[in-house]
Amino acid sequence: MFEVVAFYLFAFLTIAMFSITVITKNALYALSSLAAGMIFISAFFFMLGAEFLGAVQIVVYTGAVMALYAFGMMFFDSINDIKENPTNARLTFVMTGIIALIVVAIFMAPVIGANATAHYPIHEAYGNTQDIGLVLFTKYLVPFEVAAVMLLVAMIGGIVLAGKKMDISVTETSEHDLDNHKTDSEIVKDIK
Amino acid sequence: MSGIEITLNDYLALSTIIFMIGMYGAMRRTNLLMLFFSTEIMLNAVNIGMAAISKFHGDLTGQMFAFFIIAIAASEVAIGLGLLILWFKRHNTIDLDSLKSMKG
Amino acid sequence: MENYLYIALFAPLVGSLIAALFGNTPKKLFVGILTSGLLGVSLIASVNLLAHVFTTGEAIHVNMMDWIVIGNVSIPFGFVVDQVSVTMMVVVTMVSTMVHIHSIGYMDHDTGFNRFFSYLSAFVFSMMILVMSDNFAGLFIGWEGVGLCSWLLIGFWYHKEDVKKSNDIYESPYSTLSPYSSVSPGYAANEAFIMNRVADLGMLIGIFLIFWNLGTLQYDAVFAHIGSLDTGTVVAIATFLFIGAMGKSAQFPFNTWLANAMEGPTPVSALIHAATMVTAGVYLIVRANEIFTVVPEVGYFIASLGAFVAIFAATQALVATNMKKIIAYSTLSQLGYMFVAAGLGAYWIALFHLATHAFFKSVLFLGAGNVMHATNDEINIKKMGGLKAHMPYTAFIMTVASLALAGFPFLAGFYSKELILASAFSEHAYILWATLWVTAGLTAFYSFRLVMYVFYGKENYDHSKVHPHETYPFVIAAMTPLAILAISAGWFEHEFVHMVTHILPEYHPHLEGSTNLILMIITIGISLSGIAFAYFKFKKSGGYFSESMKNNFIYKLLANQYYFPHMIEAVILKPYLAISKFSWKEIDMKLIDAIVDGIANGFYAGGESGTAMQSGSLSKSLKWMGIGILILLILVVAFGNLK
Repeated sequence: MFEVVAFYLFAFLTIAMFSITVITKNALYALSSLAAGMIFISAFFFMLGAEFLGAVQIVVYTGAVMALYAFGMMFFDSINDIKENPTNARLTFVMTGIIALIVVAIFMAPVIGANATAHYPIHEAYGNTQDIGLVLFTKYLVPFEVAAVMLLVAMIGGIVLAGKKMDISVTETSEHDLDNHKTDSEIVKDIK
Repeated sequence: MSGIEITLNDYLALSTIIFMIGMYGAMRRTNLLMLFFSTEIMLNAVNIGMAAISKFHGDLTGQMFAFFIIAIAASEVAIGLGLLILWFKRHNTIDLDSLKSMKG
Repeated sequence: MENYLYIALFAPLVGSLIAALFGNTPKKLFVGILTSGLLGVSLIASVNLLAHVFTTGEAIHVNMMDWIVIGNVSIPFGFVVDQVSVTMMVVVTMVSTMVHIHSIGYMDHDTGFNRFFSYLSAFVFSMMILVMSDNFAGLFIGWEGVGLCSWLLIGFWYHKEDVKKSNDIYESPYSTLSPYSSVSPGYAANEAFIMNRVADLGMLIGIFLIFWNLGTLQYDAVFAHIGSLDTGTVVAIATFLFIGAMGKSAQFPFNTWLANAMEGPTPVSALIHAATMVTAGVYLIVRANEIFTVVPEVGYFIASLGAFVAIFAATQALVATNMKKIIAYSTLSQLGYMFVAAGLGAYWIALFHLATHAFFKSVLFLGAGNVMHATNDEINIKKMGGLKAHMPYTAFIMTVASLALAGFPFLAGFYSKELILASAFSEHAYILWATLWVTAGLTAFYSFRLVMYVFYGKENYDHSKVHPHETYPFVIAAMTPLAILAISAGWFEHEFVHMVTHILPEYHPHLEGSTNLILMIITIGISLSGIAFAYFKFKKSGGYFSESMKNNFIYKLLANQYYFPHMIEAVILKPYLAISKFSWKEIDMKLIDAIVDGIANGFYAGGESGTAMQSGSLSKSLKWMGIGILILLILVVAFGNLK
């Protein structure tokens, strides 16, 4: 009973929030409603017994990703309303609606693969975190490490893409040159 | 109330609906940033589906997958925003219709 | 002995291939000498084989290699040298060698000298395959080969332009009074080849019928089992094979190509259109005699057609002034004789006449070649005259050959012609006999008309342009053996019969001694009177047909070749051309090209309209993606539910 109520409540909220994100003309509203939607999704994870995932969702998604977007928003001219003239909005709406109907119909059918055996069964005895840890660091170790490398690459990439004046090394140039806005190549010429 | 129990079908239907909302946004929005938001919505919808299947089949694979999806989404946001900033510096707009250099 | 077979067969091929290497270079004398020499080698080998077959009476079979072996179908490249084929081999190589040597003299100023010898030797090679093969497939290969080489050789001067057709009897290419043998060498070559092709279809059908019913194409197997087929089939086979022979040997209605083939160089006419290719049809009938003996009614038809052709051709030669055409008509006429003999079942007589005719006809053509060479390629006999003083040897040889052709007693033609006439009489085919008898008289007349006009009488040529001279000595030397054979070949009749009746049916005209004698006297009488009439009328008036006769309807009919070429043009050529044009313009261009172009244009248009999808705008691409997903989902549901 409790679960049913929670499910429908959070479902309604999530859908509402995400709809606002997609429809509104104000960029700040979109951002805030997205963040709210993320939180509500983590509620679902908790309901599904995936506590670790829920926590990660809040920390990574709502915390890091949304913060990133917020910072990104500062670059763009976001106070004004976004001017968009989407072409053929009606077609898009109809198309999406039809697809939604079809997929829901597909999924409402009896679940296929009801007899599938679990590869990594959930042990109710351990907590979810311990369970995940066990699988993550044994079976999924290589993807884990690769994901770490990927995150590193993404980070460096992000810095390089967005950074300014990256040809000057702040640690190695003297204060004097920094004040005079000399570039690295000019400093080298000075030394010679 | 319908359904004394919440079955897998309900979660999957929910996942679908949220996914469709995201897709609608992706197709309709012409502001690149809004496009990113819609992508985030879609990814989250998939995560819900994964976790639901994982719970109802008693398999941890779904949760692992969702976990990795979150990791990838995060790095994608980083790069994406970097590129977006570069584009904005050059063209001073983040409207989707300005990305026409690949016109065939 | 088998080595002789291979030497005889392949020596001409080697000569042809070597000459072909020099096809595009200017004249090289050694090419002519080499090819003639190789043909001489082939001749020696053939004579050796003749001696062997004559003395031992056994044939030589070789199976050179397997060609088609599929399931129970086996068609090898096999060759047989038996009495019939060795006769043909000796005749072919003898005439070919002499023609090659003659050509060295005749073509000495021609730029295509090397090419000529290559084609000529290739022709001999094909003819050898034809006569030496031991199955119908090899025969057909040789058949087509000689057709091809004949086309190459008739159209040797292919760059000569077409002559315009006109209604003037002295200018039209369809008339025997004009200086043109045909519209152009290329036209004549095509005409010969296409006519032969049409007839070859008949032969192919005959060969197919043989194979279908008997499962083999080997001569011995076919002839052994031919009796087991029902009569209708054998009649069909015989008829179709004869249609093929009609094409090659220019029997009516496939006869126009032979006279028009005179556009080619004269040695070509000597070799191909006198001695070898046109006799391939007769050879086929003789070789397949066991098929024809089963159905004597087809044989009777062949004989009747042969007699018709004999007189048909002889009448056309009466008024012609084109020297080579006169000789060509005489060839056609004598072919008719051969077919009469073959049709009546006297196969060895047909073969005998084939051999003797080859000798005197080829030397007649070679002599005509000398005359043309001496008079700057003049072809109208009325523009010659009195050449005997300038070309004594040629005149002598041509006179001898004409005597042989006319059937002068004790020369070669006499024996063979007598036998044919006697056979016709003894088979109670009196109408055939009468036709052939009249033709003999006509033959004698026009042959000597030619001799008179060319060598005797007033000198009608333009003295400033033409300086007639005898040809090279070696050319005369080459013609001499043929002339000797033209005189003496008939004396070997008994040996010939003895040899050939090992495999051909023995046939002797059943006539009482007195009937035979009377017939002989009548025949000699008419040929001598023909000769005499030709001689004395010329001496008296210098011509044969008065001016009033020249406007006579019959004169015009004969001069225009019975309007047969005109008829072919109107009835066959024009409608066929119209059909072809229609097919080209309407069906090919409008229908087929339209379909092909339409498909291509459709693709183009599709592609062009497809580029609208690549607008470069991301939102449009996303929309397309959405549409794609929708379609795929519909397909999933639709086909998923069909299970």
